[in-house]
Amino acid sequence: MTNSIREIGNAACILAIGTNTTEAHPVIALEIKKAVRQGGKLIVANTREIELVQNADIWLRHRPGTDVALLTGMVKVIVDEGLADTAFIEERCENFDDFKESLKAFDLDSVSHITGVPAEKIAEAARTYATNSPASILYAMGITQHSHGTDNVMAIANLAMLTGNIGKPSTGVNPLRGQNNVQGACDLGALPNVYPGYQSVADAAIKEKFEKAWGATLSDKPGLTVTEMFDGAHKGTIKAMYIVGENPPLSEPDANHAIEALTKLDFLVVQDIFMSETAELADVVLPAASFAEKDGTFTNTERRVQRVRQAFEPVGDAKPDWWITCQIARKMGINGFDFESSAEIMTEIASLTPSYGGISYERLEEGGLQWPCPTPEHPGTPILHAQQFSRGKGHFVPLEYKPSVELPDDEYPLLLTTGRSLFHWHSGTMTRRVGGLNDLLGEGWVDISPMDAEKLGIAHGDHVKVSSRRGSVPARANVTEVSDEGVVYMNMHFAESSANVLTNPALDPVAKIPEFKVCAVRVEKNSN
Amino acid sequence: MGEITLTIDGQEIIGDEGMTVLDVAKRAGIYIPTLCYHPDLAPYGACRLCIVEIEKMRGLPTSCTTPANNGMVVQTKTPQLQEFRRGVLELMLSEHPHPCLTCWRRERCGPFDICLRNVDVTQRCVLCPKNKICELQDVVDYIGIADVDLPYTSRELPVDRENPFFERDYNLCILCGRCVRMCQEVRGIGAIAFTSRGSESLPGTAFGRPLRDSDCKYCGACVDVCPTGALIERRRKWEGVAEDKVATTCPYCGVGCQLELELKGGRIMEVIPLQDNDVNRGQACVKGRFGITEFVHHPDRLTTPLIKKNGGLEEATWDEALELVASKLSGLKKDEVAVISSAKCTNEDNYVVQKFARTAFGHNSVDHCARL
Repeated sequence: MTNSIREIGNAACILAIGTNTTEAHPVIALEIKKAVRQGGKLIVANTREIELVQNADIWLRHRPGTDVALLTGMVKVIVDEGLADTAFIEERCENFDDFKESLKAFDLDSVSHITGVPAEKIAEAARTYATNSPASILYAMGITQHSHGTDNVMAIANLAMLTGNIGKPSTGVNPLRGQNNVQGACDLGALPNVYPGYQSVADAAIKEKFEKAWGATLSDKPGLTVTEMFDGAHKGTIKAMYIVGENPPLSEPDANHAIEALTKLDFLVVQDIFMSETAELADVVLPAASFAEKDGTFTNTERRVQRVRQAFEPVGDAKPDWWITCQIARKMGINGFDFESSAEIMTEIASLTPSYGGISYERLEEGGLQWPCPTPEHPGTPILHAQQFSRGKGHFVPLEYKPSVELPDDEYPLLLTTGRSLFHWHSGTMTRRVGGLNDLLGEGWVDISPMDAEKLGIAHGDHVKVSSRRGSVPARANVTEVSDEGVVYMNMHFAESSANVLTNPALDPVAKIPEFKVCAVRVEKNSN
Repeated sequence: MGEITLTIDGQEIIGDEGMTVLDVAKRAGIYIPTLCYHPDLAPYGACRLCIVEIEKMRGLPTSCTTPANNGMVVQTKTPQLQEFRRGVLELMLSEHPHPCLTCWRRERCGPFDICLRNVDVTQRCVLCPKNKICELQDVVDYIGIADVDLPYTSRELPVDRENPFFERDYNLCILCGRCVRMCQEVRGIGAIAFTSRGSESLPGTAFGRPLRDSDCKYCGACVDVCPTGALIERRRKWEGVAEDKVATTCPYCGVGCQLELELKGGRIMEVIPLQDNDVNRGQACVKGRFGITEFVHHPDRLTTPLIKKNGGLEEATWDEALELVASKLSGLKKDEVAVISSAKCTNEDNYVVQKFARTAFGHNSVDHCARL
């Protein structure tokens, strides 16, 4: 997030696009509702009639995968009606003229045709966003998990820059991160192209810094992404994997492909707190301590580094993840893994990661700190880009609308989109072991509109089979108007109704994120 | 915001414009008894316990709803105020079992003593899950009630155990309305409201239907604000008072709610969202509030390293497992090994994993499921 959670409640306008906030980030949803109570306008852009729609002033029910068209359509209205923040554009941004030129393709009629949203509604949303300042944009995986996810994010950035809604309180471009420490895992360099603090592996000076600090020879070539690793395992170029706390058979697109890849490996080490679907395939399973059994830090979606504290000893012989990795490294004779505590690791992190430079366990006792926090005196940074953008000037990127890779056709006539339920989390390894949560939602359902259900002769609660070109899974039909005609929806949490058996592994060319939010499926009544 | 000066119980106290008399007193550490007041909720003025005397004002205004003005002279604990408060409390206690407050053995009764049976079985203090951690008890202690003149009338309601996480025993409800207001004002849900009228009035769902059929999201915020034992987490009910507490960060989504793990016997007893922070400010969701204890202490947890032998995974020692991993990984070409880290693990875990991948194998094939 460019801004902080506590600022959302004071926004005069919120555009929530590609986020089912009440289900996936319930506590942030409270801030949205607070803003609405205080008179703020809420625009919800979502194909599903999610709970936030009840609080919304404007609901844009655009077809999944048409976000670039919708957002750029709004941009064009703002430019055409003279509602842009010209002073901000002049002072802080560049490439506006080229960008303006590119808007010709986004006249309201075409945009309305592509998105399925009436032209007047798009214009109204554009005016509402442009004229109610400060305005904040919130988005989640509904924006990013597309073959054109990067374009979607740029479309959001264009809209925010155009109206000067960047770098001020209660504005911003605010991705809501899905996992407790996905921000931290990225920050600390669990990525194939950057060291901790997003320092590029290709930069010679950076490489030298880390080689010196770590006493090792490092590579300046970006490594493989998760999805590419699985392709490598399939082809036989990757022979061994060390997987820490991940469950790819449920979280990867085209899950069958992921399972096949893992079984082809010569050697698989899995470190986890439970016997996950992945661990069952392993040659060695290493028992890890849960969050309550170890010290450390998580970094939340607003870049706030916060303490995790050990409450009691790990169960049985389980050990903290960092300890296990250090032991493997030491047994392999690698230097630099003699850490005695997580606090010691944080000291090394701070010494090599400029944005974490001022973070220490002593300071975190006083409460979380938002990076960039470069020095021990720095108070942290609640709002990014306040004076200037990281790259200097904000660059307007001309975009074109690209349809999703796999759209419904005669054979697979429905569009499947996926998401999270309030009651479960990710691949369900934790929440599906909680009796009460299973009691509230214990099996995979597929949401289908009454119109489609009628056509297919499906009644609420029927056992159905959902199939795509990659596989099929059983589920129960939830006939509901929450789903638009032609669109069905599934949660990702249930191994036995795994939505990711169906999803399309097509990747965004830049971010390498799979297109989870759009694929074509068929739903049939299950004869069994 | 301008500063204002008040005199409360003879002390000069500085407050900010826009504060209530109660806010100013609380900030200065002056206790005024309250039950319906909650810092996250709009002033309500229902319980009448926070009444004060203010010079040049008529009657006994409730301090939670009275804006503080410059030069106000306030008294918080005069005999008249305590007498009124006692009257209010007695009415409350006429519908709330109260031997926990008035039993003559209260002071001397220890945890292993046998109740001397001068109290009806159904009203004994040991039956209340909030005994000794109850706000109503605190208020009664402050005001002082030796005996309640009004007879206790039980509502004779069954305890609602229909939802998986908490119990609703409206025999213990004092109608402060905090649960109702929390659900409406902060959570924006309104699954519960006051139902019926007069002496029948109680918080409940529309048409008295089960919570399951209401809009309830099981966030537990109503449980957290209940001053008595009317709403209580089921597990807590059987485990009494915590021995220790640890503040930590929720392991579920990316919001990073600050939580307090209440501990007893090396186990998590209850998880309470923390108030004093800029992230969740006293709120959580069903997963953080009720969905942690069971997975942490689940019998399925992996407790020992396992090595595949004869087609199955068999228990091994750490030394065996680590030796095997180290020798296998060392035996392969470096670019044949890939490492996947985790968005669920800590920053320190991730740092060590990526450092390991980069230094041990000399390449950058380390990733995690950020995209998934």
